[in-house]
Amino acid sequence: MNNAPSPTFFTESPEWGWFIVVYFFLGGIAGGLAFLGALLDLFGRQEDRRTSRIAHLIAAPLVVICLLLLVVDLNRPERFWRMMFRLDDDVLQIMFKYWSPISFGAWGVGIFGLVASLLFVGVLAETGTLPRGLAFLRRGGLGTVLTAISGLLGLFTAGYTGILLASTNRPLWADTTLLGLLFLLSGVSAAAAVLMLVGHRRAHPGTVRWLGWMDTTSSLLELAVLAIIALTVWSVVQEVLDGGWGILLIVGTILLGILIPVVLHWRPRLLGSLTVPSAALLVIAGSFVLRTVVVLASERAT
Amino acid sequence: MVQIPEPQPAAYAAEPMGFYTDTTVCIGCKACEVACKEWNGLPARTDETAGGPAYQLSGNSYDNTGGLSGVQWRHVQFIEQFPNEDRSEGRWLMMSDVCKHCVQAGCLEVCPTNAIIRTEFDTVVIQADVCNGCRACISACPFGVIEINPVNNTAMKCTLCYDRMQAGMVPACAQACPTASIQFGPIADLRQRAQGRVDQLKAGGETRAYLYGADDSVLGGLNSFYLLVDEPEVYGLPSDPQLPSRNIPTSSTLSALGAVALGALGVVGLRKRRMDGFAAEAAAEGGGTAIVRDEPTGHVREEVRGE
Ligand code: SF4
Ligand code: SF4
Repeated sequence: MNNAPSPTFFTESPEWGWFIVVYFFLGGIAGGLAFLGALLDLFGRQEDRRTSRIAHLIAAPLVVICLLLLVVDLNRPERFWRMMFRLDDDVLQIMFKYWSPISFGAWGVGIFGLVASLLFVGVLAETGTLPRGLAFLRRGGLGTVLTAISGLLGLFTAGYTGILLASTNRPLWADTTLLGLLFLLSGVSAAAAVLMLVGHRRAHPGTVRWLGWMDTTSSLLELAVLAIIALTVWSVVQEVLDGGWGILLIVGTILLGILIPVVLHWRPRLLGSLTVPSAALLVIAGSFVLRTVVVLASERAT
Repeated sequence: MVQIPEPQPAAYAAEPMGFYTDTTVCIGCKACEVACKEWNGLPARTDETAGGPAYQLSGNSYDNTGGLSGVQWRHVQFIEQFPNEDRSEGRWLMMSDVCKHCVQAGCLEVCPTNAIIRTEFDTVVIQADVCNGCRACISACPFGVIEINPVNNTAMKCTLCYDRMQAGMVPACAQACPTASIQFGPIADLRQRAQGRVDQLKAGGETRAYLYGADDSVLGGLNSFYLLVDEPEVYGLPSDPQLPSRNIPTSSTLSALGAVALGALGVVGLRKRRMDGFAAEAAAEGGGTAIVRDEPTGHVREEVRGE
């Protein structure tokens, strides 16, 4: 321990395992979907709404799964409520610490789940699955406000998980301040990929092209952020990503999850009708590998 | 920019109390470990708890308890320093490690349930009936002190015998320590005593002696501080421990900038597509544009005629 590259190597791992990896992954996608859906709703054209509806329909169930994952990951799940409320002399009070990402995250994701669910109901009403009267949730001033809030909270949900990791004393997580930005970018590109995968047949070609643009730009920014992290904390990265993690990140996220999909977007005829879905699948897988490596490699570091 | 509240010294009902551990007189008897387990009813490390089967020898010097954990609130370290093959020179460092009861405590800072509190003695205590086991405190402690106690599934660590202190008693470990390596008392007194010991050691030729955490340069001061004779890292202590919140302002700012950039990229992309659409369709049809209202949103927008 004498030559530890950072004081973070003197700490204990919180044993955040697969539940947290999957939570970060799905939270990133849900957040990205809400953000892309909001952009399409607020700044897009009529034909984009086919795609934004899909975004809202997938985002809400994902956030609910995320909240469940957060609960079951606790050692005492039955005390989850203590994350949001506290008993002060037997009076129930709000528990909120804006300087503790776990605390403000629980509130942020909770409210995001609520707003995303309202939009989910609104979309189902729009399409006739639920009584059409409920479509007011997607219309007029209320619709605009809910959509904007869900887009912002989506960005928050995709990014705060990286800030949560930075707000520890663990190797890699606390050695860089870029994980929030990294997860945000990866969440948005994965969400664009999900929309292309699920909706590319029904979506307007213009929408698909825009999703491709969002996917590619955020993927390339993600690559740049990864490079900056490697350059700025190289000794830590070397130590933490030892033993296969680095190779997994390079192959799974950088090559398969970023570079190949960018090429496929650039040369859309390369694989014929399979180009869009294969690029999308690779981006989604790359985003999962990114969360896996960042969380588990540090967990395993001493 | 996020403002992190500076931990303020509270108006203590009692004087700040703590431990001063003089590692130079520790003989590695582990009386402190045993007394702590006895008083706090902590189980041995077994298969069901942390750290592998009971009674298994680690092979690491005389250390068979491994490190601090949810069931191990005191841990005696054995550091063998024998630079020569023939062991003609060398020394054996021993240190009884424990929670540092930091004045600026990372664990307390991140705990989302307020299970971790600062007591009237300026010590840091986890309330087992409040903790929900999110484990944030484990990754936040700069010293790797906290772990989950598998018996009650909550995060646990040294309480500096809060129950004994409230009854005016000395913590069990300090009471048991036969060499007064662990000393308990008001922080101000302990600091004075410790400085005297450093001076004495230096006068006797042990020039490497120094205090770790006795002033406020380390996390505002450690209420359990140490007299060491080698680099902190040799004892498994970081030279420059930090609060977890240090990263929040920069991380949040960078993420927010990224969010703004993504929003701008998205809007620009949508606008550009619209403009390209106009240009293409206008060229094809020689038509103009019309103002229409989007039905579900009610948004007013321009649209190419005839679409
Ligand atoms: S040493 Fe760790 S567990 Fe103890 S008070 Fe400091 S931060 Fe908390
Ligand atoms: S594990 Fe318990 S004590 Fe630690 S931060 Fe979470 S709620 Fe607080």
